[in-house]
Amino acid sequence: MPKIISTAKLKRQQLLDQLFQKTTWFFTVIVLVLLAVLVGSLVVGSLPTIKAFGFGFLISSEWNPVTEQFGALVPIVGTLVTAIIALSIGIPVSFGIALFLTELSPPWLRRPLGTAIELLAGIPSIIYGMWGLFVFAPFFANTAQPWLQNTLGDLPGIGFLFEGAFMGIGMLAAGIILAIMVIPFIAAVMRDVFEIVPSMLKESAYAFGATTWEVIWNVVLPYTKSGVIGGIMLGLGRALGETMAITFVIGNAHQLHASLFMPGNSIASALANEFTEADGELYTSALIELGLILFFITFVVLACSKLLLLQLKKREGATT
Amino acid sequence: MIPIYTRRRMINALHLTFSILAMIFGLFWLFWILLVLIGKGLDGISVALFTEMTPAPGNTGGLLNAIIGSLMMVILATLIGTPVGILAGTYLAEFGQHGWLASVTRFINDILLSAPSIVIGLFVYTVYVARVGHFSGWAGALALSMIVIPVVVRTTEDMLRLIPDSLREAAAALGAPPWKVVTLVTWRASEVGILTGVLLAIARISGETAPLLFTALNNQFWTMDMNQPMANLPVVIFQFAMSPYESWQELAWAGALLITLSVLGLNIIARFFLRKNKLST
Repeated sequence: MPKIISTAKLKRQQLLDQLFQKTTWFFTVIVLVLLAVLVGSLVVGSLPTIKAFGFGFLISSEWNPVTEQFGALVPIVGTLVTAIIALSIGIPVSFGIALFLTELSPPWLRRPLGTAIELLAGIPSIIYGMWGLFVFAPFFANTAQPWLQNTLGDLPGIGFLFEGAFMGIGMLAAGIILAIMVIPFIAAVMRDVFEIVPSMLKESAYAFGATTWEVIWNVVLPYTKSGVIGGIMLGLGRALGETMAITFVIGNAHQLHASLFMPGNSIASALANEFTEADGELYTSALIELGLILFFITFVVLACSKLLLLQLKKREGATT
Repeated sequence: MIPIYTRRRMINALHLTFSILAMIFGLFWLFWILLVLIGKGLDGISVALFTEMTPAPGNTGGLLNAIIGSLMMVILATLIGTPVGILAGTYLAEFGQHGWLASVTRFINDILLSAPSIVIGLFVYTVYVARVGHFSGWAGALALSMIVIPVVVRTTEDMLRLIPDSLREAAAALGAPPWKVVTLVTWRASEVGILTGVLLAIARISGETAPLLFTALNNQFWTMDMNQPMANLPVVIFQFAMSPYESWQELAWAGALLITLSVLGLNIIARFFLRKNKLST
């Protein structure tokens, strides 16, 4: 005789279903709440400075804990300048790496080389910082900086960027180390989006007699434009929020200089250096507001990157 | 005037050479950093490194308290972050495909995934450390767990999506209620993938310094009390490397080698599992 499942048993299963589904739902909501609380707590923490300085906080370059005068201009400029240096080196190099991995490399080399580049992303940022301070900075001061000043320093228009003593540490060194750190991120995204280009498109171009470079420039890049920009934005997000590597090499000086050889400060390194030593409500609150500004900038950049990558995915779905 | 075909070929060759140079450029830094690390770090590796406490300036010692502190905080952060991440990831992949909650969470999760880790430290400071009034190992573990969650959510969702729907349908056709389908069928099938995500998360937090600076801080002495400021490898390395004492700097290099080897090791193991998982599905 077949056993009939009792209604009580069914009821119990339904209850368990409800329970399980609600639990997973609950933890999903927690992830959302986490972000809300994060933003909320930073806003509350920075209220004293917002009240004291208002909008002027963003455009003042003064930073004096003794007289309790605070402005965020120096760290904001430092963050942006180092990120721009990092991207202007990182984008062409990442593009070259992605190109090599997708089009040039013999198949058996693809995987080990790809893994090696990804390992570069795995090295903790504090290691980059130590290496930057003890190995890269002396090398940079002895060889690269004099060379840069002799060649580019005389050019009208940009010569002022390379003035000053050769200290090794400073904005330019920080930017270069950031570039090494963002290359694997950008290169990985570029490689992934280059791989989704339908081979029919590429083969058609080759059949017309196009060279490899012409295929890349006129077929692959236009097809993957939004993905490539998304990857660059992802790298930018990383560069803006990077803390430890910058803290070691940027020099931590609250000054504005036109020259890239001079020390500066970034938002993240100001936080890392000063937060535990900050006394007084206003000082702490000014640092928290710096954190809020950093979070806001990276949020916007990452949101843009996400939307662009989604757009590419949608198109990929539409054409195949 | 160069004929157009030659010119095109020259342009092509130029760019492809650049591409090869870019590849070499990328690898160059990897090898330079690793060589320096091994060269400077190996000198400091000794038995004392694992048996003695962090020394006072000028003295010799080891990193035992920092290693233990790091291990405790990383384990605790993994224990807090993993269940939250797996359950949320399960909701995203299994139950919330079409609702607004899933798409918003997916978006927010990706933001959290690449949010600056120092901001997360700042957050834990304002909501926990400032309230309690002192730095502690708990705060450090909390900050690290906030980095674990998005990584695990992301990989769990991705891995569950790899499971073919026919598997779920087969289970449902046998009369299994949804909770059994998820726990006994899809979780099981993606076990390796989810574990890989956890491994990647551990690799990520093992080297994180920024979120620990204002949460766990540092402690020169031996403590197992999570309610006290706690020594941990990254912050000790930071402090020792920035100090003028040579014995401290040597310890910092040894610690740096230790951390890099374990992080890269975890990464390689995780990649190995990931590839195996992809091949089997």
